[in-house]
Amino acid sequence: MPPRPWPVTVAAPAAIELEGLTRRYGERVALAGVTLALPAGATLVVFGPNGAGKSTLLRILATLLRQHAGTARVLGHALPDEGWAVRGQVGLLGHEPLVYRDLTARENLRFHARLHGVDLERVEELLDRVGLARRADDKVHTYSRGMVQRLAVARAVLHDPAVLLLDEPRASLDPAGAELVEPLIGAAGGRTRVITSHDPAGGLAEADIALGLRAGRPALLAPAGEVDSAEIGALYR
Amino acid sequence: MLYGKRLRGLSIAAFVTLTAGIALAFFYAPMDADQGFMQKIFYVHVPLAMVALGGFVFGGAMAIQHLRTRDPRYDLRSYVAIHLSLILGAGVLITGSIWARASWGHWWVWDEPTLVSFLIVFLLYATYQPLRFSIDDPEKQARYASVFAITAGAFVPLNFLAVRLAQAYTHPRVFATANGGLPARMQVAFYVMLVGMALLYATLWKYEMASKSTSWQLRRLRAKLAGEESAAPRGRSAAPSLPTTT
Amino acid sequence: MRRAVGALLRKELRLELRAPQSVPAMALFSVTTLVLFHFALQRGEVDGDLAAGVLCVTLLFAAMLGVSRLFVADREEGGLDGFLLAPVDRTALLVAKAVALGAFLVAVECVLVPAFVFLLLGPALDAAAFARLALVLLLVDAGVAVVGTLVGAIAVQTRARDLLVPLLALPLLMPVVIALAKATTPLFLAAGAGSLPVRWLGILALYDLVFGLLAYGLFDFLVED
Repeated sequence: MPPRPWPVTVAAPAAIELEGLTRRYGERVALAGVTLALPAGATLVVFGPNGAGKSTLLRILATLLRQHAGTARVLGHALPDEGWAVRGQVGLLGHEPLVYRDLTARENLRFHARLHGVDLERVEELLDRVGLARRADDKVHTYSRGMVQRLAVARAVLHDPAVLLLDEPRASLDPAGAELVEPLIGAAGGRTRVITSHDPAGGLAEADIALGLRAGRPALLAPAGEVDSAEIGALYR
Repeated sequence: MLYGKRLRGLSIAAFVTLTAGIALAFFYAPMDADQGFMQKIFYVHVPLAMVALGGFVFGGAMAIQHLRTRDPRYDLRSYVAIHLSLILGAGVLITGSIWARASWGHWWVWDEPTLVSFLIVFLLYATYQPLRFSIDDPEKQARYASVFAITAGAFVPLNFLAVRLAQAYTHPRVFATANGGLPARMQVAFYVMLVGMALLYATLWKYEMASKSTSWQLRRLRAKLAGEESAAPRGRSAAPSLPTTT
Repeated sequence: MRRAVGALLRKELRLELRAPQSVPAMALFSVTTLVLFHFALQRGEVDGDLAAGVLCVTLLFAAMLGVSRLFVADREEGGLDGFLLAPVDRTALLVAKAVALGAFLVAVECVLVPAFVFLLLGPALDAAAFARLALVLLLVDAGVAVVGTLVGAIAVQTRARDLLVPLLALPLLMPVVIALAKATTPLFLAAGAGSLPVRWLGILALYDLVFGLLAYGLFDFLVED
């Protein structure tokens, strides 16, 4: 299916603008020619099979990876040259929780709070909100996967970022856990969000814009309201 | 990138100068009073060592350029320079060892600071290839190799200084002062050989660069003709690579 | 910068105290190496240049263990990305890691030096010789810490991590070996310490300076991507 022409009129200033974004690993193309604009406060959901370039896109937006061609602007700053201005305003929740297993939840969050120059009281508040207050002084390697993921959520939103980059955020959460973190990473938070998902129905429900990737190339780009689940499912075939 | 240009001229110049240098070393330069005929190896050993070290420094300079520009071609230049210097370096150690055997009766002497520091430098650079080989992502490989090349380049003079100071006494040496103790005719032969070796190095460097960039262009053309996906993956390699698509 | 270094250093030391890995392994390894030297050299006691050599080799090999482990937790648990996402100067990581490695080395020496004196060293060390040894070792630790951080950051991204660390670090540390051996030989002579080995302290200081600047200039390229 050819990508549809860009149909959304951007009223709010774009939080994320991508133009021909391309990244290779050696000779393998991980991301090619991704162009889109995401208004502030909107949610972009990225669909695509494993290896389609979803995580690569998130890592570029998080300033962890440089693109090879094309431009990326996050909150008005061009990447990678102005990455220093973007860092600290994006929160990344990837497959790796980015916490040390031999430290406790509180120690991990305090470490990141110090790096980000965040008040330590925020750590206590977040521990409470993700339901880890009682286990906060246990080492992370004693946690279940769901608990680690909730801790990772707390870590990602610790510095109150304007942009959230979420890589399958609910994959390892049970319904209760998902409900617990919803106020932090859900649409109600008002943050600009880029989410990757394998779940057509659930993903579309929270998306303003849907992007489908296949082998790094945009195969689908449309307002979520104009896409049905079958089109998403087609990406995986 | 046409590295093949002027290659023929350079090859001829290197061949002529080296031939002339060898002729001068054997027939024009006087026989050394103490060491006799075996001293002739000096005309190969020392120029070889100087050119090899120069190549390491050149590799470091190209690595700095690579980190500044992120242009993979500089990484290739640095890689080829270091690779060649390593090969010449093996020659330096072998000729040095033969010379040591002839002059002092031992295959290796530890009180020869130049040779000893060259051994340390050689051991360090010998890790360059394994380091490259054990990083899969070509870009990361290039970046890390450049960091290595710069560090090692800065290490060379520091190492020479430390090894030199560590010698309790200095052995009487022919080439301690490049022109101090050397008769004029020996000097002529030495400098001609030095120029010849430098030309040889430049020729080999250009050949290797021409070969590497040609095979890159070939891959790129193939990819264009048959479509990107059909190009065979490059596989694991210690050599730098350019992207086939730009 | 200071805030970030503080946070990183606190995390580093807490991890090592919480689940001690590097320091006990390095200390144990160094004592084992001393015993090894006793049998391999077939000596009950050593002095002078032999003693300097034994101490030097033991310390350096123990340091290799610490270098190999230095970035492993960050790599495997993604702490490196967590750090890179923070709006702080990347040099902070270099400083924190080098200080941590230096601290580990000092801790190891607190075990190694007494063990060496009791087990192998012939002549007794007087206070002056001891102070000089401490000064030399501090300069050595600084150099090993900087080079070790650089090498550790390179090696942790490779497949052959543990193989590459000694191959890269030992040649790079050769000037340190030379200076350490030369500077400590007179301390371990029965005649007692001579004058302060100014020349070798100078070489060590120069080495520390050169590699400090190199690491400062190059470290950023090792942590991105």
